[in-house]
Amino acid sequence: MNRLAAAFAKGRPALVCFVTAGDPTPDATPAILDALVAGGADVIELGMPFTDPMADGPAIQSANIRSLAAGTRTADVLRIAAGFRERHPDVPLVLMGYANPMVRRGADWFAQSCAAAGVDGVICVDIPPEEDDSLGEQLRAQDVAAIRLATPTTDAARLPRVLAGAGGFLYYVSVAGITGKQQAVQASIDDAVARLKAATDLPIAVGFGVRTPEQAANIARVADGVVVGSAIVEIVAQHGQRAAAPVQSYIESLAAAIATASKEPA
Amino acid sequence: MNAPNSYRAQPDDRGHFGAFGGRYVAETLMPLILDLDREYKAAKADPAFAAQFDDLMTHYVGRPSPLYHAERLSETLRASAEPGMGAQVWFKRDELNHTGAHKINNCIGQILLAIRMGKTRIIAETGAGQHGVATAAVCARFGLPCVIYMGAKDVERQQPNVFRMKLLGAEVRPVTSGAATLSDAMNEGLRDWVANVHDTFYIIGTAAGPHPYPELVRDFQSIIGREARAQMLERTSRLPDLLVAAIGGGSNAIGLFHPFLDDPDVAMLGVEAAGHGLDKDHAASLAGGFPGILHGNKTYLLQDEDGQIAEGHSISAGLDYPGIGPEHAWLRDIGRVEYDSATDVDALDAFQMLCRTEGIIPALEPAHAIAAVARRAKTMRIDQIILANLCGRGDKDIFTVASALGVSI
Repeated sequence: MNRLAAAFAKGRPALVCFVTAGDPTPDATPAILDALVAGGADVIELGMPFTDPMADGPAIQSANIRSLAAGTRTADVLRIAAGFRERHPDVPLVLMGYANPMVRRGADWFAQSCAAAGVDGVICVDIPPEEDDSLGEQLRAQDVAAIRLATPTTDAARLPRVLAGAGGFLYYVSVAGITGKQQAVQASIDDAVARLKAATDLPIAVGFGVRTPEQAANIARVADGVVVGSAIVEIVAQHGQRAAAPVQSYIESLAAAIATASKEPA
Repeated sequence: MNAPNSYRAQPDDRGHFGAFGGRYVAETLMPLILDLDREYKAAKADPAFAAQFDDLMTHYVGRPSPLYHAERLSETLRASAEPGMGAQVWFKRDELNHTGAHKINNCIGQILLAIRMGKTRIIAETGAGQHGVATAAVCARFGLPCVIYMGAKDVERQQPNVFRMKLLGAEVRPVTSGAATLSDAMNEGLRDWVANVHDTFYIIGTAAGPHPYPELVRDFQSIIGREARAQMLERTSRLPDLLVAAIGGGSNAIGLFHPFLDDPDVAMLGVEAAGHGLDKDHAASLAGGFPGILHGNKTYLLQDEDGQIAEGHSISAGLDYPGIGPEHAWLRDIGRVEYDSATDVDALDAFQMLCRTEGIIPALEPAHAIAAVARRAKTMRIDQIILANLCGRGDKDIFTVASALGVSI
């Protein structure tokens, strides 16, 4: 079983945690990633900074700006991933970001670099299934999962197209909007997850707007994973170089809520 | 590379112009983009849609725009040319359109599509403000609420257009992220759209973005080239030797060029903004960029070796975009269209020359095209014809030009 599959087969929902690589500096990121693991994260999403993060709200936009201002390069992101793999041989790490930095040196180069760094999957916000030959094929050739996104606008007719070639897990974006503030109505998440589960055996992780342990627990009752991003990035923004400890205690609160939720009957 | 049977058959079903174009958007937008594609195909096949578009072009926009032989400019350029040299310069006068630029052609087409799709709210991005003004005007005309995203820096340097948009009932939202210019306004427009897909139509201002935008913007703007081709044949019984147009995203240029693409004897020149110079800050994506993916399409982009997008610079707010429409990227790579650039200084010189020789104050965007016309005319015979697109008028730019010339007004 590969690392991603194992992370979703622990008998409880997985906690998927996002931070932007290089925020506040490339040297600070490894300690923050270690804090995510120590706090109970099951899957790490490492954001690749980009100058034009058009699907992100203010929190992650600012994280991108801080990271780039600190001089973060693609080589730094890959180095951070490789270092994480050495320290945490069993914890899956996926890269998340936008197409242009990923394809700049060629999709094959990027896929090979991911494989060499021990990256388990890639989430590319702006390469839909229709443009899969721009990156998805190359990732699969290196056994790196091409993780797809489904949204409230992905209807039943379109879903098979999204699932074709998808790997790792299916990321359900619970809000039609940008990352950060808005929260989905729980009933809409319940319905969507049921619909997605009927269409695929991939684990379903739900994200966008998740910030409290209560929300995480509610999602954990129906989904295979809960994704938390902007709320963690805001802690990094507030504490900067000393973010590891507060990040860890926040992740602990989410992990505890998810563990409790999974013991309750569905 | 073998020449295709027609240069006018692009894009393919997936919206690709050769290796460029496509639909690189977030999944939330994808279903809407596919809807738009279907709806645009249906509209294209609907004579009622064409009739409504043509009627508005005639009676609201004021088309056809004149084709004008700029005789004094031609003579002025000839004075410094070798004997027998110095081509005739003609202008397609799209600066005389309602709202002062070619942008309105596209806005009329897109708002008719929005209404067909049942959308009740319009958003747009704008750089120089011409697209924002044109969008605000058609929203007022059709009674739809309108939000315009504009970089805070552009809001500052294009105050007259900001006020025009407000007079027309639009809400102008300044964007402070990034370089606070056109590219950032486009990011913010996409963020609004992704959160409001159920009721909102995004009127993109140039022939770029996810398919089908580059195609439909080109089609709506092609009225420029169709008119110009017929007018030139009627007036001179021949086709021009060279077409010239300024390029930011490239909508006025593709609108002029496209109807002529299969005329083998018509050469074409797109003029990018070289800003302070191609070795300094500029906005020439073809001359100084590399293929990449941004704002929904694959095209040439100003970027670093990690794929981070560079800030474009031009004295013209309408040209300082780090990308270019994907059809231009394709036309460049196959060699059908030549691309050149003009600096801020070149454009300012050409701006003043047109004012004084023809009594026409051009926008800074077509001033870049005029700078290239001035260079080329001297290398062409006296019996040859250059047709340039005068795509916007300069009222909006007088403060910028005054400041650049050291005049306080």
